[in-house]
Amino acid sequence: MASQPILELENVSSSYGNIKALKGISLKVYSGEIVAIIGANGAGKSTTLMVTCGIIPVDDGDIFYNGQSIRGMAAEKLPVQGLCQVPEGRRIFPRLTVHENLELGAFCRRKRAEIDKDMAYVYSLFPTLQERRKQQGGTLSGGEQQMLAIGRALMTKPKVLLMDEPSLGLAPLFVQKIFDIIHDINKKNGTTILLVEQNANLALKAAARGYVLETGTIMMEDNADSLLHNPEIRKAYLGE
Amino acid sequence: MIHEFKKVWKPYTIGLVWLLGLLWPLLGIHPDGTLSFGKTFTVWFYIAVSASFCLLLYVMNKSGRLDVVSRPFTGFREAIKQASGKLPVWIWILILLLFALCYPQFTNRYAQDVATNVLIYICLGLGLNVVVGLAGMLDLGYIAFYGVGAYTYALMNLHFGMSFWVCLPIAALLAMTAGCIIGYPTLRMRGDYLAIVTLGFGEIVRILLNNWMALTNGPNGLLGIKAPSLLIPVFDGGFSFEVFYLKKLQYLYYVALALALITVIAVRNLNFSRIGRAWEAIREDETAAELMGVNTFLLKLLAYAMGAIFAGLAGAFFAARMRFVSPESFTFLESAMVLSMVVLGGMGSIPGIILGAAALIVLPEVFREFESYRMLAFGMAMVVMMLFRPEGLIPAKRVGGRSEEKGG
Repeated sequence: MASQPILELENVSSSYGNIKALKGISLKVYSGEIVAIIGANGAGKSTTLMVTCGIIPVDDGDIFYNGQSIRGMAAEKLPVQGLCQVPEGRRIFPRLTVHENLELGAFCRRKRAEIDKDMAYVYSLFPTLQERRKQQGGTLSGGEQQMLAIGRALMTKPKVLLMDEPSLGLAPLFVQKIFDIIHDINKKNGTTILLVEQNANLALKAAARGYVLETGTIMMEDNADSLLHNPEIRKAYLGE
Repeated sequence: MIHEFKKVWKPYTIGLVWLLGLLWPLLGIHPDGTLSFGKTFTVWFYIAVSASFCLLLYVMNKSGRLDVVSRPFTGFREAIKQASGKLPVWIWILILLLFALCYPQFTNRYAQDVATNVLIYICLGLGLNVVVGLAGMLDLGYIAFYGVGAYTYALMNLHFGMSFWVCLPIAALLAMTAGCIIGYPTLRMRGDYLAIVTLGFGEIVRILLNNWMALTNGPNGLLGIKAPSLLIPVFDGGFSFEVFYLKKLQYLYYVALALALITVIAVRNLNFSRIGRAWEAIREDETAAELMGVNTFLLKLLAYAMGAIFAGLAGAFFAARMRFVSPESFTFLESAMVLSMVVLGGMGSIPGIILGAAALIVLPEVFREFESYRMLAFGMAMVVMMLFRPEGLIPAKRVGGRSEEKGG
């Protein structure tokens, strides 16, 4: 494992008005690994990702990407540097076609040849998207929309991919498919992935390390395997 | 047939009762305070009978009893559809363009005047379309930029004698600047809040024009603005230029046509560009667009400024055509009118907005006799449109020619 984390949150806190969503969380993500953040509803998982991406402002603490502070940086500057998010609930552009959605992922890039190459890669990863490239994004099924959201994020050519609940509202068959692809993206491209999930079982099986988030603080941090076998975790998040 | 009827009789009856409730105060209450029922019921009876007839036709059509009558027509319609589908789009555009070019040759002054109006509103509608249809920001004060353009030309021409062609870019530039000044603080807002702020801005500009007597001559307006001019070379006894004013309606029509064409081409190119796609992404989901690296603030400002440019151009022409400007031309009603054209025609659709502008200008002219009912009919048409064709007369095509253009 590299000595310097590619993404590091240092004592970050954030709030919505008077409500503190994050109460000083610290986490590290190293290059090339999959890290999972698990936790219940309202624990601050999505907020963590939104804060990292600069959508929600940081109250206190600092965020480092590639060793540089990105706190307070405009959200639109991060994809250029290779930090991209697949937001919760997919949030694709419903009235744009599949192809246009993907093109938009490459908005911050200029080199046409490379974009075309990545487009071909995304289509090879998700053949259904290729079939439906002229269809409006909103007419896709939930699983296909998730694929589109992932594909769109891949079009930014991310070094670090933040994924918010990729299994949300999907049929079990699709969930497995999505996780296979997450695994694939990580292994084949070496893309670092920070995964937020309610489905703790799946997330911990896919990840190397995990953080447990509870009401805005990190309760536990360990190897994914150890967390998976930790009796407390099993009781609280795996329903045993 | 009975089965079909059972499905629709309830809303039909409710609709008729509702209509009675609406009609009675309209026709039954007299200015002197007396009440009457006779007229209401007569009118209501006529409407009810014709509606029943429509209902009968509808039910018969649904249950297939009208097939005998309608079959030849469907064949005919299909044939037309096929024939028109075979012609490539550019032929249609060419036909339309030829028609527009020849139009003044076979029409009178009145028709030319109306057509010029339509062309101005096409510019306005397409400009607003960039803001509302593409970037998805509801702008209720759009006409303010039209006013800025009009007053720019009026003042420049009156005080400095500058020609229309020089003022045209200046008007566009000033309108754009106004757009940026307003946009900068307000575009951080979303949805309803933005609509209210732009509404306020529109009113501010109108009131400013109304009250700044020293500059704008207030409600009296500015008189004596020159029409667009051309320099014509003259060769009698040496070489010189003669200033030729395009005062005739026919000439003005061609200037408006040129402006409208420039607007159509510019908006089309914007629409199919990378920026256009980013605007649409912002309209669809601003946060997601931001996450994909779209500088939402800058692009929204750009959309606003672009919309303002077209309004500024149209405004300068308006001043040159009327040779008179007053704040009265830039009321909220005008903003609402342009917005209606965009919504009626189909947001984001260029042919739709052209049709919308034509419909909203020409139809009131055609039905001049019913002028006092104009707003009533207008409102009703809007309600009907939103119920049956919420996407507009010609909905924007979403099967992307744009995506395929660049390949991939």
